[in-house]
Amino acid sequence: MVKKFKIEVDCANCAAKIEDAVKKLPGVNHATVSFMAQKLMLDAEDARFDAVVKDVVKTAKRVEPDFEIEL
Amino acid sequence: MTKKQKKTLWRILIAAALVLCATLLTRLLPLPMYARLALYLVPYLLIGYDVLRKAVLGILHGEVFDENFLMAVATVGAVALGDYAEGVAVMLFYQIGELFQSYAVGKSRRSISDLMDIRPDSANLEGSDGALSVVDPDEVPVGAVIVVRPGERVPLDGTVLAGSSALNTSALTGESVPRTVAVGDEVISGCVNGEGLLRVRVSKPYGESTVAKILDLVENSSLKKAKAENFITKFARYYTPAVCLGALALAVVPPLVLGGGWTTWVMRALTFLVISCPCALVISIPLSFFGGIGGASRCGILVKGGNYLEALARTGTVVFDKTGTLTKGVFAVTRVRPAPGHTEAALLELAALAESYSSHPISKSLRDACKNVCPNGLDTRRAADAREIAGQGVCTLVDGAPLYAGNARLMESQAITYVPDDGVGTVVYLARDGEFLGSILISDEVKPNAQAAIAGLRAQGVRTIMLTGDAEAVAKQVSGTLGLDEYHAGLLPADKVERVEALLAAKTPGSNLAFAGDGINDAPTLMRADVGIAMGALGSDAAIEAADVVLMDDDPAKISLAMRLARKCMRIVYENIVFALGVKAACLVLGALGIANMWWAVFADVGVMVLAVLNAMRMLAVKKS
Repeated sequence: MVKKFKIEVDCANCAAKIEDAVKKLPGVNHATVSFMAQKLMLDAEDARFDAVVKDVVKTAKRVEPDFEIEL
Repeated sequence: MTKKQKKTLWRILIAAALVLCATLLTRLLPLPMYARLALYLVPYLLIGYDVLRKAVLGILHGEVFDENFLMAVATVGAVALGDYAEGVAVMLFYQIGELFQSYAVGKSRRSISDLMDIRPDSANLEGSDGALSVVDPDEVPVGAVIVVRPGERVPLDGTVLAGSSALNTSALTGESVPRTVAVGDEVISGCVNGEGLLRVRVSKPYGESTVAKILDLVENSSLKKAKAENFITKFARYYTPAVCLGALALAVVPPLVLGGGWTTWVMRALTFLVISCPCALVISIPLSFFGGIGGASRCGILVKGGNYLEALARTGTVVFDKTGTLTKGVFAVTRVRPAPGHTEAALLELAALAESYSSHPISKSLRDACKNVCPNGLDTRRAADAREIAGQGVCTLVDGAPLYAGNARLMESQAITYVPDDGVGTVVYLARDGEFLGSILISDEVKPNAQAAIAGLRAQGVRTIMLTGDAEAVAKQVSGTLGLDEYHAGLLPADKVERVEALLAAKTPGSNLAFAGDGINDAPTLMRADVGIAMGALGSDAAIEAADVVLMDDDPAKISLAMRLARKCMRIVYENIVFALGVKAACLVLGALGIANMWWAVFADVGVMVLAVLNAMRMLAVKKS
């Protein structure tokens, strides 16, 4: 399943780092973070999509404590 | 300004005032060291608490080398070395820079989004009793009737039931001439209604409407990243740790070798750290692409991602489909040759009368041409008893006399001496009472700016090739008029894909091949080419799906414009990379030598970034010609 989320990231480098970290999570097929559009596109396994999203948010907040997401 | 930005601004102002007080107090009064430290610590913590917090969190989470860490180490280091004022000032300027950056980026983000803001807010749904209710466009079912008031944005695709108006399509096509619509015409969502009130029957749900499709495309475009963008994030991943190790070496090695001078070298190392923040680099590239996509969309050129801008900039060959791309794809009268003693208008009128009973496209084009020369319209009562002569034409009684209209074979069978017309296309000869009246050439018209489009591409050093299913003679003539480099005629749709494959295989590496079509039956070719360009996509879903670059109107000159924009965008991208890296490298060297101090360092970080942002914003200033 592919879903887009509105996010808030303050710096371009953090966005790149979040993208990197999220891509490595288990269950994530693909992820893109656009700093300019303030969007996260997540392609993850259908079966545990919600659980993966939770992981994604946790990981993102770890990389950048100011990370915000609209679920 | 957002709430966050306002808060930062206040923190900066208060901290700056406190620093000023602290400086004055320490100058005027002989304070002990801990008192001075306390005086500076208040503004330092006020301005830097979030950076310090994030630095600590970063270390706890194993994210060591980020800019917060760099700033924290640099400023804490400065304070530890006794340079209280410098430590606070650097943090202060870093925050000012960050604020400026966030403001500039936010502003450019908004101005780009505004360009693409075609989202309709609401629809006026007409109930069964004729009363209007304002609803979300999402909630309007297909077949419902909506009312579009003057000045409102058309919320959904549909057909006009009543009213007429001029629609402003500039947000979609970049075209400033309004499109007039009347009863029976289709309206496209996203256009802005002019002076008239329109009643529209909705033909598609919002999710499938033109405006939703375009918005989706634009929103996703920044998610498709260009190679340059990926390069820079990868670069930053190695760059930051490398610089940190460099700083560590700078702090430790020279004092050990030279035996002493620790303070100087540690200070230089801290400067090194501040310079090394990678943000300017990382932000300027996506911003340039975002600006490029925004600037192009203002001209009615939708690019589906930064990677396609990159590919477009490297395009060395453009392959065109003829019909609908370079030519209008509709039949029209292109030349009228009356025999001596007759006028063009009279000839056209007679031809239209002779063909007035036929629904053939050729007859229709004759009637259309007649409309332009006979302002009073056609009096069809003058024509009667039309008789079709299979494979030759028609014979119609016009004003009581038999009028022959048809091809050369018709003239020959009626034993009429005629002047052959060797034009490319379909020729209609006219004769009455054994007398030849003249000939009318009907052909697919070349688009008015196709020639300029080809010339524009060739001026950029691009090879132009035309593919067509038409006969050799037609292809040769069109190709000659437009000045194309190459043409291939008589191709079936499958041949076109094959031909493009062959061209792809033969091209020089590093130079891309773009295919421009109208998207109706060339989806496979659009997908196969390095860059697929679909034209006149307004209302054609298949084209929007298959293409990488979508031209909202059918103006071929937009292709050369798109390539110019792509090249400009790539130039800005490279400028930013070279500039940011160059200044950083220079400042790093100067910092290591002790020439550049903390202030240079802050400029190298924040100043470079602001300049890079401003440079990227040049993409929005688009010259349309």
